[in-house]
Order: sequence, then structure tokens, then C-alpha cells
Amino acid sequence: MSTTGRPLSPHIQIYKPQITSVLSILHRVTGGFLCLGAVVFAWWVITLSLGPEPFAVVRSALGSWIGRLLLFAWTFSFFFHLCNGIRHLFWDAGIGFELRTAHASGKAVVAASIAMTIAAFGLAYAM
Amino acid sequence: MRYRTALSVVRGAGAAKDGTRHWWAQRLTAIALVPLGVGFVVMMIALLGADYDGARAAFAHPVAAALWILFTVALFHHAQLGLQVIVEDYVHSLGLKVAGIIAVKFAAMALGAACIVSIIRVSAGS
Repeated sequence: MSTTGRPLSPHIQIYKPQITSVLSILHRVTGGFLCLGAVVFAWWVITLSLGPEPFAVVRSALGSWIGRLLLFAWTFSFFFHLCNGIRHLFWDAGIGFELRTAHASGKAVVAASIAMTIAAFGLAYAM
Repeated sequence: MRYRTALSVVRGAGAAKDGTRHWWAQRLTAIALVPLGVGFVVMMIALLGADYDGARAAFAHPVAAALWILFTVALFHHAQLGLQVIVEDYVHSLGLKVAGIIAVKFAAMALGAACIVSIIRVSAGS
């Protein structure tokens, strides 16, 4: 990304990934991925007002194996973005910046996201 | 003697000169999306086996339709605020950056409008 053509010091290749930095970029990545999910949500809602045939297309697309895989990815992305987002809101209030607290809350976010995703998918398959 | 109000002195200060409104809107929509988003996931799980009429029925009650609309507005507003920041961070050419931000905002508004109209139509029963 060097626009001047001058050499850049390596940073991503050198700096050891931390739970803070990894969760930060994951928050952005899940946010962007959820935007794609928002488009699919729009498609679903709009077909509900168009008629049973367009709606059936959406349903079969989401029910296919690739549809279910995407839904799983969106479910995890949603729960991660939600839990990490709440972590962010605490930071906005000035709470939790101590390094040990930030590390602990990060691990809690990952654990909660995985648990909620499994719970949601378990519930979905039980229905 | 200074002839400027204190507010006019402070406005635009700081490197970015702007961003408080964006910051607050992002937090406000985020807070709204905690209950609305979880409610959305619950609804989608509940509607998994639903056919066309069953899914439409979830929008029938006016309070339900209102909540779907609130979710839609909060979702697309939060999304375009976030995408705006992504464009600002990774697109370096000024022309492409501005075009990208406009595209993101217009797409969010278009999709949001289409969703709201659809929700109202489904709720009203047409």
C-alpha cells in the first residue's frame, strides 16, 4: 500500500498477533460479512411481498448446503460482532482498558460467541 | 477583544475536524441492535419451517411490523456507518473514496427503503 514507492517496514509479517489485535480485525471482518447478510435479509423480506414463487427461490437457496454453510458463518459473525460490540461499548464508557481485563473480556467474547452459535444451530436443527 | 463564541472556536478542532455525529450514531444503532438483532435471530429460527403464509404471518401484527422496521432501519444505518469507515481506511484515491462512500450510503438507503415498503405491504396483507 506504499503510494510513494518508498520501502515500508514490515509490520503484519513481524508483529506477533495478540488477542486484542486479532479480535479487532475480526470485529471489522464480521461486520463487513454481516453487510452481505443484510443484503440477503433484504432479498428474503422483499420476496415475501412479491409472491410465493420468488420466496420459494430464497428458501431453497438458503436451505441448500452452501446456504446453510453461509447461515452458519453469518450466525457466528452475528454473535461475535454482538459480544465484541458490547465489549466496545464498555470501552466507550471507559471501562475495561487494563491489559488483563481486555485479554479476559476477549476470551469471554470468543467463548460466548461459539456457545451462542452452537445453541442457535442446535435449536434450529431441533425445530 | 474576541468576537467569536466559544463554540465557534471549538468547532472543527482536532485532526479529523468531524466525526462526533458518526461516533454517536454508530453507538446508538449498536445499542438498538442488541435487542433487535437477538430478536431477529430468534424470529428466523422460529420461521425456519414456515411456508410463505406462515412467514408473512410474522409481520401481521402492527407492533411486530414496527419492530421489523426498527430493526431494518437500525441495521442498514449501522451497516453503512461501518462500511463508510472501511472505505475511508482502505481506499486511498480521493475520487474512489468519495464514490465508494456515496455508493455505500445510497445502497443502504435503497435496500432499507425496499425492505420497509415490503414489510408494510406484507403486514397490511397485500
